[in-house]
This record gives sequence, C-alpha cells and structure tokens, in this order.
Amino acid sequence: MSISRRTILKLAGLTALGVTAENYASAHAGSTTAKILSKAVGAGKRLTKSNLQQKVRLAMVVDLRKCVADQGCTKCIDVCNKAHNIPDFGDSKDAIKWIWKEPYENAFVDQENFYMRDEFRNKMVPVFCNNCDNPPCVEVCPTQATFQRPDGIVMMDWHRCIGCRYCMAACPYGSRSFNWRDPRPFIRDINPDYPTRMKGVVEKCTWCDERVDQGLLPLCVEACPEKAMVFGNLNDPNSEVRQLLKDNFSVRRKPGLGTSPEVYYLV
Amino acid sequence: MYDCGKIIAGLVIFVGLFTSPFWYDLSSSTALQTPNPVLPTKADQNECVASLEFMRRDHMALLNEWRTEVVRDGITYYRSANGREFEMRYTKTCLGCHPDPSQFCDQCHNYIGVSLYCWDCHNKPALQRQGPQLAEILSPKSEILNKHQMQNPKQLKLMFSHRR
Repeated sequence: MSISRRTILKLAGLTALGVTAENYASAHAGSTTAKILSKAVGAGKRLTKSNLQQKVRLAMVVDLRKCVADQGCTKCIDVCNKAHNIPDFGDSKDAIKWIWKEPYENAFVDQENFYMRDEFRNKMVPVFCNNCDNPPCVEVCPTQATFQRPDGIVMMDWHRCIGCRYCMAACPYGSRSFNWRDPRPFIRDINPDYPTRMKGVVEKCTWCDERVDQGLLPLCVEACPEKAMVFGNLNDPNSEVRQLLKDNFSVRRKPGLGTSPEVYYLV
Repeated sequence: MYDCGKIIAGLVIFVGLFTSPFWYDLSSSTALQTPNPVLPTKADQNECVASLEFMRRDHMALLNEWRTEVVRDGITYYRSANGREFEMRYTKTCLGCHPDPSQFCDQCHNYIGVSLYCWDCHNKPALQRQGPQLAEILSPKSEILNKHQMQNPKQLKLMFSHRR
C-alpha cells in the first residue's frame, strides 16, 4: 500500500509538534527543579552534585595569620612527602607536588595589590589540591581515573590513569604532577603502608582519603605545629570550619574561574 | 637434486632456529617447572574469601572488583559465601595469608608467562618490614607532631561515618 503525499505531510507535522512539545516540557521542568533546589541549598551556594545530595562536604581552612611557612616551617610538607612516598627527582621542572609553598602573590594572583599588608608581602602560603566542588580535572578525564567522592574529595584511581595529562592542563592551580620517570628509585624511605606510583601516572593530594576513611584527619592538619589548618564538614553549621568561616574573612584561590575551590584561607 | 647437501643443511638450521624457543624452555630450569604454590598452614588461615575453584579461575576478576569497590565506591568489607567478613585490602588480607608472592602468585604466573604489574606500585611484604614505619612519625613522641594534640577521635569517627 502506498502512502499519499498528504499522509506523509500530516505525519511529519505531528512528529515535529511532538518533538517540540517534549523539548519544551523538559526545559520547563528543568527550570522549576533548579528553583526548588536553589531554595533548598540556600542563596548564593553553587548548585553542584556534592552539596545538593550529601550531608558531608569536606573542606579545609588554612589560617595564614598562624601559618609560619614563611619562617621556614615545612612540617606539613615533610610529613606528607614521607607518608605518600613522594619522590624527589631533584629538578623543579618535573617535581611531584602534593603540598608545597607558593608566594602569596602567586597563590592569589587575582588578589595582588601593589601596596599590601607587610606580613603578607612575599609570605609563603601552603597550597595543595583544592578538591574543588566543580572540578575541571574530573570533567576532562577520559578514563574517569579522577572522580569526585560523595564527600567532595577529588580522588585519583591510579589503576585507571593512562597519563594523558588532560587533568593537568585543566587544573588552574597546578595541583597535579606527572611521573615522567619511575619514581621508586627517587623515594628515600618507602612507606610500606602506602603504594608508590609508576611511570606515566598523574598524582595529587587527596586530603589523605585513606586516613579520612579511618576517621583520622589529614596528615598536614595533624602535623601543623601552629594548628593553622582545620579540616571538617562544610555542610555542618556547627563544624569548626564553618565557625571559622563565619567569624573570619576568608579568600580562596581563583574563585572567579568557577571551580569552587574548597580550601579557604584566613587572612 | 642439485645442491642437495646445502639445502638439507639449510633446512636443519632453519628448523633448529625456528623451534629454538622450545629448546630454550626445555633447557632452562624455571619455565617448565610444575607450579607449586605454597599454601598457608596456620589454623586460622584455612579458608580463602571464596571457594578454591572460584579463586583458581576468577581471582583476577575478584581483585578487580575489590579494587573498584574500595577505591571508587567506599566499600571496604567483603562478606564471603559462608558469612565471614574480610577487609578488602590486597596488601593486608590477601598477602596476610600469602606473604611471599614469589612462592604463591609467581608460581603459576611464571609458568603461563603472565607477568604481574601489581608490584610496580604496591609494596611487597618483604619491603614492608624495612624502613621506619609511618606509625613512628605519628607517635606522640615524634618531633614532627610533638606540639599538636589530636582532636577528639570519636567525634571524627562520627563525622566520617558516611564512608562506612
């Protein structure tokens, strides 16, 4: 049986109508959902997966007024390097960095003033992975080797990393490092409780996820002699991090990029 | 047949070279050894996380699954078919009973020529006995931590209980 031109045109019209209606309906529903969600989360808070659905959003507060990194203190860095088997290749070009020091004006490039408080001029700031709420590295990873845990930690699954370094290009903080060589010969004393990495794998700070899972604080937080670092649940209004953020002025690194970094610096 | 001697000699050399891997294998001491994995002998180590048949055939799938669940899903305990719970840690649970990979894993893996890359990153148990332990760094007497008192661990346990 042949179909007349008239029937075909009718069917085409009906199909077009159906598709348009569906698109319209879904778009409309989307905007309503967004409105409800923004009410639930609170105005001004980013609508991302982790802070919408989870009770726990881990965050770090670094009190730069207490931090004495500019006076030569490297305890947070030492303890991290030791525990996580971080190699020392002896060359800053291919250095593996989980937590390191950066001059204030380099850490906060968009907040540099020509004239500023004396104690912050050339102050060394401890910087590490911001475990962003909206992590660009997770977005670009082709193998999902890096992913966001429900509590907000941006994790690395080194088994899956293929070494493409997209994440390094995407991270605006330089928090990721690549193993150009087999790191094992460059680790002084291997900590047997933590794996090393292999050649061709990207690594970064994960806020000591292995300790967090055991109910312990990240090592840098424990190691800080001045207690300048505080770690806790940002979604709990009574947590220490929230109290500190409530009572103090805080800055984050490059917040304008929309990555929603979760390390807050008190200045 | 012309050049009979040369052709036959050439054929003999060719066949010899072509089959040389087999001769090499036969002459080397390790390759054709029958695998002899050393099994744990202690009384509390008399059962694995799954049946012998399953582990023989599918241990690699099980390890892959554990890896995904621990690293990605935050599941750290495994209940075996007969109800026993095991911590899903390769270096602790698996190597706890099979402490020397050269006496266990490598026995069959060498035999069938499948090389393991676990040890590129994970530390072999032999290594685990060397070097200062992390516990030393974190002990209260440690210089690195001397000035700092740890926060209430109970409270922290509650805070992170979502991962359990």
